[in-house]
Amino acid sequence: MTEKGVRTMPKTEYVIEPGKQEIVTTTVLDAPRELVFKAYTDPKLFAQWWGPRRYEIKIDKFDSRAGGEWRVIHKGDDGAEYAFRGVNHDVVAPERICATFEFEGVPGHVALQTATFEPIGNKTKLVAQIVFQSVMDRDGMVASGMEEGSDESMERLAELLEKLSKDKSGR
Amino acid sequence: MATDHLSTTFAALADPTRRAILARLSQGEASVTELAKPFDLSLPGVSKHLKVLQRAGLITQGRSAQWRPCRLEVGRLKEASEWVGEYQRFWDESFQRLDEVLQDLIKEEKKKNDGKGSQDNAQD
Repeated sequence: MTEKGVRTMPKTEYVIEPGKQEIVTTTVLDAPRELVFKAYTDPKLFAQWWGPRRYEIKIDKFDSRAGGEWRVIHKGDDGAEYAFRGVNHDVVAPERICATFEFEGVPGHVALQTATFEPIGNKTKLVAQIVFQSVMDRDGMVASGMEEGSDESMERLAELLEKLSKDKSGR
Repeated sequence: MATDHLSTTFAALADPTRRAILARLSQGEASVTELAKPFDLSLPGVSKHLKVLQRAGLITQGRSAQWRPCRLEVGRLKEASEWVGEYQRFWDESFQRLDEVLQDLIKEEKKKNDGKGSQDNAQD
């Protein structure tokens, strides 16, 4: 499926297994990994892509060194603000970023996210793993952003079943 | 909250036989005997799975005496798929934007390199 642009969307795979505390997201980006790493660690670039377009993004803190703090705010049309923060535990250019992640709306539920950038020729395979403190945390985080139900969700029903089958069958 | 349903729903979905039962029921209602057939399972075996699915609210079983048809209840599945969908929407859109940012960067660098004439590709 293509959106209105010329380019197709990067194909992304999500693995969300029942009963686990993690989500693993894999995508291949059509750019060398140095650039992908830059887009992750340069606040000006980061502000251009992180999160849905409908939010205005404000970078409060963005220290991309090991031990550096980050704090990013999403602002909706209605003026509501959603702030996220954490600390970069490990930043290894251009291979890996490991950081804590907390949604300030639900304080105290801290997740650990690791993004690894693997070169495939001139492209980059990006694997983002996020590990929550509990299964409830994992399932709750996204549920909290669920208010705007969508009609297309029925279409995804089959996809969901298919995805879950892929994860578990044959084991 | 939705989260508790989700845990039950996901736990029920964690079994391949139960997912196959749901897939079968997505084509229309079926009796327990009909459901047991493709799975090489005893009736009590299937009943056990059906009970889990029922408890998770994923299916209901009719009351009519002999042929108590099982039926898919889409509400819970919808909730689970919406949950997954929200996370996907966030990242699908982010990665799409990231892709655009990257393509702009690549274009910029190309322009810079072309401007300099032929040089090696080394960058800092």
